[in-house]
Amino acid sequence: MTSPPVSHGGMSVDPTTLVGSGSGIGRQLASTVVAIVLGLLVGAVLILVSSALSEEGLRPTLPIEAYASLLSGSLGDARGWANTMNSATPLILAGLSVAFGFRAGLFNIGAQGQFFLGAFGGAIFGGVAGIPFPLHIVVAVFGGFLFGGLWGFIPGLLKAWRGAHEVVTTIMLNSIAALGLNWLAATYFRDPGATFPRTPDALPSALLPTILEGTRMHAGILVALAAAVAVWFVLFKTTLGFEIRTVGSNPDAARYAGIRPALITVLTMSIAGGLAGTAGAIEILGITKNYPAEYNTTYGFDAIAVALLGRAHPFGVVGAALLFGVLRAGAGAMQRETGIPIDIISVVQGAIILFVAAEVVIRRLLPRIRRAGRGPTRAPSAA
Amino acid sequence: MSALNAVASRRLARPTSAGGWVRLVLLGLLVALLALFVARYWEALFELGQWFVSFATTRPYIILGFAVPIAFGALCAVMCERSGVVNIGIEGMMLTSAFTGFLVGAYLNPVMGHLPAALLGVAAAIGASMVLSALHAWLAITVKADQIISGTVINILALGGTAYFNQLFISTADVSGARTLPKNLIGLPSEVYDAPIVGPLLNAVFGQGPLQTAVIFAVIFLQVMLFRSRWGLRTRAVGEHPKAADTVGIDVIRVRYRNVILGGAFAGLAGAYLTLESIGSFQDGMTAGIGFIALAAMIFGRWTPVGAFIAALIFGAARTLGQAIQISAPPGELGGAIASWPAQWFGMFPYILTIIILAGVVGRAVAPAADGVPYDKEARG
Repeated sequence: MTSPPVSHGGMSVDPTTLVGSGSGIGRQLASTVVAIVLGLLVGAVLILVSSALSEEGLRPTLPIEAYASLLSGSLGDARGWANTMNSATPLILAGLSVAFGFRAGLFNIGAQGQFFLGAFGGAIFGGVAGIPFPLHIVVAVFGGFLFGGLWGFIPGLLKAWRGAHEVVTTIMLNSIAALGLNWLAATYFRDPGATFPRTPDALPSALLPTILEGTRMHAGILVALAAAVAVWFVLFKTTLGFEIRTVGSNPDAARYAGIRPALITVLTMSIAGGLAGTAGAIEILGITKNYPAEYNTTYGFDAIAVALLGRAHPFGVVGAALLFGVLRAGAGAMQRETGIPIDIISVVQGAIILFVAAEVVIRRLLPRIRRAGRGPTRAPSAA
Repeated sequence: MSALNAVASRRLARPTSAGGWVRLVLLGLLVALLALFVARYWEALFELGQWFVSFATTRPYIILGFAVPIAFGALCAVMCERSGVVNIGIEGMMLTSAFTGFLVGAYLNPVMGHLPAALLGVAAAIGASMVLSALHAWLAITVKADQIISGTVINILALGGTAYFNQLFISTADVSGARTLPKNLIGLPSEVYDAPIVGPLLNAVFGQGPLQTAVIFAVIFLQVMLFRSRWGLRTRAVGEHPKAADTVGIDVIRVRYRNVILGGAFAGLAGAYLTLESIGSFQDGMTAGIGFIALAAMIFGRWTPVGAFIAALIFGAARTLGQAIQISAPPGELGGAIASWPAQWFGMFPYILTIIILAGVVGRAVAPAADGVPYDKEARG
């Protein structure tokens, strides 16, 4: 592998600014909470504005009603909890994918396409007959990992070998994956018995068992949590993780320490792709059972926000994915009960990430809030 | 010291010539295969080329039409990156302005008539995009947030926000009154467009909507301004060496703000073109990566307006190929095979082309030196 040519200008992600290595974990948590609250406030203002423009006129309590029905929809009963966990599962895995890339200074916007590939792989390997029950799940999930990994390997190789920036190549690969799999699911892999084009259903031996009686909550959440621990272990307890983080924070230093950034880039993107692919496979084996030609999901896209909110830390990703899982699972109930479009969730997510990106602003805001709470004498940065 | 020695010896030990040989052999094989293919299908290829050239020369307006939003987006990218700010939020800016422009045009049409409503829609599109550009400028220049993340935030917000308001205002409202900008505003007589050779070209530029005409002049204007004006010199200085620019009295922060926000106007025109001139309706996520293809066009065009425009035309030609096959079936041995390709293959074509261009060119293309680096007055450098 040759060393990468000079890449396109400053288009690289600096994980140190993202992860905020300088500030303590308490401070990070505080500013994250502030970002979430501000994001929810933006959503509330938007709901108010659109209600004021509607024919019924302004309803000042509408935001509270909306968030209340969202919460009761996602956490009010066992079914809600199951939906929340099922929504959080692919978000955790795809979020880990994006976070893993961040650690090596790579911005994997391609989780969406890798998710599609993994979903397709899961559907194909899940349909292979003759493998007994628990083993078949492992085979199908690993198939998804491989397919997703391939879709991460391509931009990794293009970056390492040709210096093609991964942000643009992965976006292009997202569209290529959607179109290419649309074609495959409608032709060579089409279920002849199905009315609309899709792959055949995965066999029962490959389907994830439900783990909460009377709901659709499947075992995928356990896989996702195990993956989070595994990613944490690899990143912070192994030589490979150290090399990845070194390349991420300073590629030149890494090169002088004998690490080959090109190799790490390819490896990181492949593993990241594999994680997003696992998310896709689990979604198929747990929920949809087959790959529809017009497969429409935004898990891979939302994963970017999950990774940013989780500060590219595996456990932060789990927390962020659970929050977004709550939003996603309750959005349907909110729309039914208050008539507010589901899409408000995407706006809230975007706003939260906006405040995370503008963390400096929050950091300036935080001491003031603390000062107001504790009184002026105790403020540490009053001088 | 021993660690350093180990590094040095590893560097020396790495075989460099073997890799070169492998590459040479692979390249030779590829060329041989290509030559065989061309030799075998020479006549069919010639026929196919003739077919496409005759299609393209009689209908250049299709190519230019596909190129317009890419070119406008690339102009936005050039303005930002020449002053040292990376903008991957162009996609989101385009989507927002496509939505805003369409919303304003559709709602004002019954009130004030077709043309004024559409023109106000274009203005609203530009305004919406400039608001998002100001947000990006603030995050990238003042807050010094990671510029890739800032652009991504804008893309996420745009996708969610337009879907939300689309659901509230357009999907549920009656917008049947919406119409696109009128064609042939200059009013050249139709005999001009029937003229041989230049007729179709004039038709492509002047016979279509006003934004398709405007893009040509915008490209030329920006090319001249960038390399022949005070503003252009300052922009390039700030993008290449902000410290030096600061030393001679150029306000780096102000130049960057101005460029990013004014550049947003071009992304707004790209969005307005999609809904108010080309398609005439809004769908969620309708930009479908055009903003990113625009970035690739900018890189392929080496950060110059004219270069980016030529790249946009290549993308336009690639997308025209898919259209051409539906309008008139290609002839000959290969033509039949191509005509039977599924629609998704042609859909993938521009995206694959983007990757090929990025992988093939970016190694040799050089971005402005300070591209993506926030300016810190106090920093040493």
